[in-house]
Amino acid sequence: MTQNAVSQQEIALMAHLLRRAGFGASRDEIEARAQQGYDSVVDELLNPTDDPGIDEDLMYRAYPSYFDKAAIETGQTEIVYRMINNKHQLKEKMALFWHTILCAGDNKVDNARTTSMQYDTFREKGMGNFKELLLWLSTDPAMLYYLDNIESHKTAVNENYGRELLELFSLGVGMDNDFNYTEDDVKACARAFTGWNLAPTIPVFPYGRTPFEFRFDPADHDYGEKTFLGETGNWNGDDVVEIICKQPGAARFVSRKLYDFFVADEPPVPSWRLSEPRDIDAIKQLEQAYFDSGYEIKAMLEVLFKSDFFKGEAVRYAKVKSPADVVIGTMRMAQDHTEPKPGLFFVAMEPKYMGMDLLNPPTVEGWHMGREWINSGSLIDRINFASKVLGDTTMPGVQSMVNRLMAQGENLTAEQMVDGCLDLVGPLTISEETRMELVGHVAQGGDLRHSTEAEQADFARRAGETFQMIATTSEFQFG
Amino acid sequence: MVSTSKDPVLAVVSLSGGNDGMNTVIPYSNPRYRDYRPTLGIPEEMIVPLTDTLGLHPSMAPLKKYWDEGKLAIIQGIGYPNGSLSHFRSMDIWATCEPVELGVEGWLGRLVKELDPNKENVLTGVNFGRGLPRALAMEGVPVASVGDLNSYGLLTELEREEQRNEALDLFGRMYGPAIGRGAVEDFIRSTGVEAMMGADILGTAPGMYRGEEEYLLGNIGGYMRDMVQVHNANLGTRVFFTTAPYNIFDTHANQAVGQSNLLNDVARNVDSFMADMRHHGIGDNVVTLLYSEFGRRAMDNGSGTDHGTGGVAFVIGESVKGGLYGEYPSLEPNELEDGGNLLHNNDFRSTYATLLENWMGVDSKPIVGGAWEKHSFI
Repeated sequence: MTQNAVSQQEIALMAHLLRRAGFGASRDEIEARAQQGYDSVVDELLNPTDDPGIDEDLMYRAYPSYFDKAAIETGQTEIVYRMINNKHQLKEKMALFWHTILCAGDNKVDNARTTSMQYDTFREKGMGNFKELLLWLSTDPAMLYYLDNIESHKTAVNENYGRELLELFSLGVGMDNDFNYTEDDVKACARAFTGWNLAPTIPVFPYGRTPFEFRFDPADHDYGEKTFLGETGNWNGDDVVEIICKQPGAARFVSRKLYDFFVADEPPVPSWRLSEPRDIDAIKQLEQAYFDSGYEIKAMLEVLFKSDFFKGEAVRYAKVKSPADVVIGTMRMAQDHTEPKPGLFFVAMEPKYMGMDLLNPPTVEGWHMGREWINSGSLIDRINFASKVLGDTTMPGVQSMVNRLMAQGENLTAEQMVDGCLDLVGPLTISEETRMELVGHVAQGGDLRHSTEAEQADFARRAGETFQMIATTSEFQFG
Repeated sequence: MVSTSKDPVLAVVSLSGGNDGMNTVIPYSNPRYRDYRPTLGIPEEMIVPLTDTLGLHPSMAPLKKYWDEGKLAIIQGIGYPNGSLSHFRSMDIWATCEPVELGVEGWLGRLVKELDPNKENVLTGVNFGRGLPRALAMEGVPVASVGDLNSYGLLTELEREEQRNEALDLFGRMYGPAIGRGAVEDFIRSTGVEAMMGADILGTAPGMYRGEEEYLLGNIGGYMRDMVQVHNANLGTRVFFTTAPYNIFDTHANQAVGQSNLLNDVARNVDSFMADMRHHGIGDNVVTLLYSEFGRRAMDNGSGTDHGTGGVAFVIGESVKGGLYGEYPSLEPNELEDGGNLLHNNDFRSTYATLLENWMGVDSKPIVGGAWEKHSFI
């Protein structure tokens, strides 16, 4: 231990931050970051440099198909590669955050490049201004196609986008037992977005899909007077977004979504009119930051990550890991696929098997966080995936954890082994009953030594088995 | 023979990608067929005739005997209004019976819930393939998704049997009390116990099966054999689902060879599946539906065919009343849909309703959304 040794509490807090504000990290990185200091790490996460955070030249050379993303699987694989390797982890996590909310599904858009470009834009704009984000979203070809705004005309309004913009993307049906908008507001909103359409698309054959492009058609826009959320004028879409962002409902919506994604699981949006936030004081702080900053997401995130409600022990491991957290978190802990190599495709399909088909959310409501991730099929996949990777002591990250265990002493008891492994994959606390079962299992092989080569091999094997069994626990399903 | 009082079982196979119905069940006496298929038309002498006007693609020949026995129903012109030409959207529509809104619940998920509302058997619905297909998605319905029956279960990466058994014992003890630190963890633990039970029970199936039939492995063959194994083990599974590899029937190019191979794969495996169950005396209570999310364009494109709408589905089984159902869509140019697609004349929900009511014995209305006219194939 050096004189700048960080405390166990600091490591646990840093691990919590890196799991939530990113996709976890190797133990080596967690300790280095703890050394750097919590606030300094938060500032770095919030202010990424302008570079893409990965070596894109290397990525495109290894995976040239990422360039035009003709197939949806290609887009999904690229996202997984970036999640594992993007050093701007919060930026990458925010892309996923918005994808779970402002989503378009390629099952309808049927244009993998257009759908992927939506995700790419979430990466670029995700920590920016909420108003700018909604304005851009209203011109996003994937969204306009997904929610039928291309079918919305001056003389025949399609309300799909207008409605979901209010209900699922910015306000929610209601809060504090009141409604946030009326059916007349939905109609006015939809009218304001008439003419927000796509340029004529190029036929798919013979050269394949080309990305859709936004085009505003003034001739198809309803320039008439509209009353929206109590304000009357000849509103266009940008006016509507402006009015939305002023609402207390918008502040509540963004705050509660951030809380749900980064702090602790909340119920789905449709119940928010009647269901109280889990932590109303936390939500108030975030709402304050929303208005004080003029709708800046980054300002809200800064309040969130530096708050006691985020740092507190009560919310650690209080969220069911999403499939992306399971897969990417495991890869990052084990330090696998940290550079291009074969097999990434199969890793990238895992979130889909676990119920999170990236770029293909089940509905316009995106995915629900929390226990809905778990069913008997997905649980088997989650357990098998994580335990296979963490049991493989040839993985650099696992190897490093084994070395750390060996460094703890020449002779480890079963109890020390279990506690050591729990510390390294978390630090993770599990129920005493589960812990005793694990200790009993490891104890069958006696104490663990590593003086001779044979003992070292045996030590590594049993450490791998211990990691493996920890990955099967119910506690490990939380992040 | 086994008694026919056994519970009815439904097997569903998706031919993912949009199978070309017109070159599967071929209107060979219609001169328009030759007009539309200058490149892909099947020579008349190769077509396996079913009637004076219709015949099967030569690769489908293994299914002719089931037609002759009256066990094969062909649903012609199947589809739904305003057919989507997107694979994904159309697959979802077939899975959820929601052609307008985006649906989440699958029709087979609803069926499993209806058959086993209290989750008395964690294997009432079994999917072969990885991930939960939309057709089986339903809150609170456990579904085993079996990628490989021989290695299905928890901790399958542990190769030494002794080590795996010890690990599974430990898992059972850790999850056994089903009491964690809160409602969500309790739920995870009880789900873990269900998953392990399902895997344990399924693991017994291969040992009870002696295979005599040869399947073409690769696409659906292995999964169809696995279905027979699980059905043979009598585990109470009522709903089986599997799919051909994703979008494999999407024959925009080189269809002549491609579709021929694919149909050969389907026909030979379905034949093996039927023969295998006959051999084991377990086929009486199984009916199988084969469908694709849409048909293809009437006119070929010089090498393949592009996405269409009205298609063809098959229902096969010992209790099926074979024959033609629905009507063959008109090939007259002015009776094609926009863009030259075959017009559907019967909704897929009619076929579902027939299977649900006349075969599975449940009310179809809440499952498919409303009342649909039934066919008489069962």
